[in-house]
Amino acid sequence: MKHKYLKNVVTLKLYTEKCTGCGTCTDVCPHDVFEMVNKKVVIINRDSCIECGACVKNCPFHALEVNPGVGCASAIIRGWLTGSEPSCDCSDNSSGCC
Amino acid sequence: MIPQISTKLSVLDILGAWKVRWGVGRMNYRINPGLYAIGTPDENSNVLVTANYKLTLDMLRKELTGLNLWILVLDTNGINVWCAAGKGTFGTRELINRITKSKLSEIVSHNTIILPQLGAPGVVAHEVTKKTGFQIKYGPVRASDINAYINAGLKANSNMREVKFTTKDRLVLTPMEITSSLKPSIFIFGMMFLINLIAVNKFGIIDFYGYVGALMIGCFLTPVLLPWIPVKPFALKGWILGLLWSVFVVIVNGWPVSGTIELLRGLAYLLILPSVSAYFAMNFTGSSTYTSYSGVLKEMKTAIPILIITISLGTILLLINSFVKL
Repeated sequence: MKHKYLKNVVTLKLYTEKCTGCGTCTDVCPHDVFEMVNKKVVIINRDSCIECGACVKNCPFHALEVNPGVGCASAIIRGWLTGSEPSCDCSDNSSGCC
Repeated sequence: MIPQISTKLSVLDILGAWKVRWGVGRMNYRINPGLYAIGTPDENSNVLVTANYKLTLDMLRKELTGLNLWILVLDTNGINVWCAAGKGTFGTRELINRITKSKLSEIVSHNTIILPQLGAPGVVAHEVTKKTGFQIKYGPVRASDINAYINAGLKANSNMREVKFTTKDRLVLTPMEITSSLKPSIFIFGMMFLINLIAVNKFGIIDFYGYVGALMIGCFLTPVLLPWIPVKPFALKGWILGLLWSVFVVIVNGWPVSGTIELLRGLAYLLILPSVSAYFAMNFTGSSTYTSYSGVLKEMKTAIPILIITISLGTILLLINSFVKL
């Protein structure tokens, strides 16, 4: 069964004019968000994006943008408590993530 | 001399995997970074890159029986590929360093290295190529697809590219959820014990199984039933199952007309137990493979105030019930 999460929250942006159709984003995306149409990439499953940032990092032409972050509640709580950016810091052994 | 590693897991490896799944020694289950050989690789053999979490290497090598290839292990502080990529330790700089340190260009005559696809959030592939000359191919998500990927001439189909989250995937993560819940639980039981020393109405077995049940719903049942609970926020998934549980607990004990639960205590259960389940279920977002930061933040903005209010209110009712004979 395919998992679905909240709709219309994702910060992913595509600048089609910069896309050269190299297809790297379709290789690295773990959730099948992109599809190649006429040598340009299009977003077909926006709500499946988990904002991992793989496509943004690996796009040599800066055609993609996202506010990357971890989808992890305990990391976000830890971020609030410590006043820092939420990071999935498993080294303190305090959470079940990672 | 490049160390060789086996593609067979020993009994110790399997026991080790059980241990870390329960959180025992999990942060110190690592191997030395560097280059390793599987079988008898030569200058034309493929190079796979992975993390130095021993569980990760074990999952990888057991899929490589009969193959001859190189494995370049990055220093990710003993964290798996995906999480390390998110932190940047499975990243561009470490990869460039490790390629240089292991003198990879003197060992193989080609210029291709295969990275696990889930390493991509940490790696800028074109930068690695610029600095080292090595081209990065992103391999499949799962180690079990590597053989097929290599046989297809380093091509992954869309099935190999997609992260799944099967019932089994979720099940193996639940022991860690339960382990992480121990610390707050021991604190709660400690408080109940202290209150019992001076309370008029003492906490008892119903409080114990009520709480443990709510916890198991959040840490175990919700993760297992995840795709079948027909709402999307994790906290709400847990809250619904927790509500069913709390209603069951009070009704079985004869509430509200008579029975073993006082009026206030029953009300407190209905407030607290669903929220306990919701809290632990919400924490499973971090273990899931399909939640985004924006999404989790959105559900937390609703969930956290509700959790704080219901649990505080419920606790006040419990305390009144403990000290006031109505």
